[in-house]
Amino acid sequence: MPSFDQIRSDFPILDQQVNGRPLIYFDNAATSQKPLAVIEALDAYYRRDNANVHRGIHELSNRATQAYEGARARAARFLNARAPEEIVWTRGTTEAINLVANTWGMANLKPGDRILLTEMEHHSNLVPWQMLAQHTGAKLAFLPVTGDEGLLDVGQLDELLTPAVKLFAFTHVSNTLGTVNPVAELCQRARAVGAVTLVDAAQSAGHLTVDVQALGCDFLVFSGHKICGPTGIGVLYGRCELLETMPPWQGGGDMISSVDYYESRWNTVPHKFEAGTPDIAGAIGLHAAMDYLDRLGRDRIFAHDQELARLAYEELSRLKGIRLFGPKTGRGGLVSFLLEDVHAHDIVTVADQFGLALRGGHHCNQPLMKKLGVVSTARASFYFYNTTAEVTRFIELMREIQKFFGV
Amino acid sequence: MFDELSDLYQQVILDHSKSPRNFRPLEQPSRTAQGHNPLCGDNITLYVRLEGDVISDITFQGSGCAISRASASLLTESLKGRRLAEVKPLFDRIHEMVTTGQVGDGDLGKLAVFAGVHKFPARVKCAILPWHAALAAVEGKGAPVSTETVNP
Repeated sequence: MPSFDQIRSDFPILDQQVNGRPLIYFDNAATSQKPLAVIEALDAYYRRDNANVHRGIHELSNRATQAYEGARARAARFLNARAPEEIVWTRGTTEAINLVANTWGMANLKPGDRILLTEMEHHSNLVPWQMLAQHTGAKLAFLPVTGDEGLLDVGQLDELLTPAVKLFAFTHVSNTLGTVNPVAELCQRARAVGAVTLVDAAQSAGHLTVDVQALGCDFLVFSGHKICGPTGIGVLYGRCELLETMPPWQGGGDMISSVDYYESRWNTVPHKFEAGTPDIAGAIGLHAAMDYLDRLGRDRIFAHDQELARLAYEELSRLKGIRLFGPKTGRGGLVSFLLEDVHAHDIVTVADQFGLALRGGHHCNQPLMKKLGVVSTARASFYFYNTTAEVTRFIELMREIQKFFGV
Repeated sequence: MFDELSDLYQQVILDHSKSPRNFRPLEQPSRTAQGHNPLCGDNITLYVRLEGDVISDITFQGSGCAISRASASLLTESLKGRRLAEVKPLFDRIHEMVTTGQVGDGDLGKLAVFAGVHKFPARVKCAILPWHAALAAVEGKGAPVSTETVNP
């Protein structure tokens, strides 16, 4: 098993100067960098095997189909799904959630039903449900977040999880707060009232072991690009029993078994949800990414991310006038903060001049920002290729920034 | 170690962001205008008092990053005493300067400190926001302006 300081060279992009300083990439919650194994898998596919999938009789189409469906089986193993048929390819987390809202949601929700979300959801796990509520007459409800510490107020579930709740959708790890939510417990509670669960694993799938059977969720979604894979590919896991009963979403080639002028029959699961030529290369690249992560070990990755976040949180908390968001302990690999009298965008602009890539803004969490009474935060998000030396440098820069702005 | 930043955060800009001038509301203003960039959170309100077509007083309030605050502060200093008809030509020069770095003919005074902003494309909208608000005040438009949804 390779150690984390040996794997830096697997990521050619990390070896560069930005504005005259060595790049420190701390924007991993937005997207991760790609190892050579993934870049080479895409290259090899386009050089040797590129063809359209399914129904091709020729050799290249066979190879492309095998690689594409092989990636699906790999994704099923990655999540410990019971069968490859439980994996639907999407463009990413956002499309996967929209798919569930437009198929399962449109078929199952009616006026008076409730959709339970949490106050910490990314816009992608909020807006599709608002649209669904508008279409169906269902109502939204929110499990509160406990202020700056950023934990879910699970005590309020008794009141909120009524039999009217048909769906409970929530994030595994918050992209703004770093909170790791008790997914198995939340799923169990939802099941007790007959609600279907959807877990947004965008910030967790590449960082810790995600086992859909152990978690007991009905749907789980993530994006390939945040877990070392290419952009444009993502996964919807759905329990087979649910996928079977759901109507298709987009119509077109591949999602049908037979077509007449006036009507068609749908293909079997999961193909009935995959209209048109899919992102074949993306699935193949994601396959390589999943292999890569599992060689490193997701438990080790999580321990490393958490250690960097702990160190960053501890060091930042020593700064004068700092406001930190999210739980003090047990957080995922990111820290979100504000420096008194320095706007987040000024922090990020200055950091960038020193090769440090941070993110400043609302992190697609506008309602949460309003609740916390801020317009934006600065965020540093880590991955296994980041080092404690980089965190130390980051803290040093934050001190300098405070001096520069006269705090 | 921060020499590299002097293009953007000049001393004048840091000074005006820390101690903004004319930072107060105006009682019974002739015109007001609001500039709001919800994505970054910059939010300023301009208050204008007119005597005939001359801006006899101009102030602002609000919150935002160092660039937008300093820009609003320097704007109020620059526009006080000017005629309304001078605002649009000045807006055009400032816009040209923050997007291309070209200062053009004639002295812009302290406003020239914003020439470096063009090297930071993500921050142009911060510098130009107060100027869009000033233009809206001159044109008597009531709706808040934003520089996030359109090209600044």
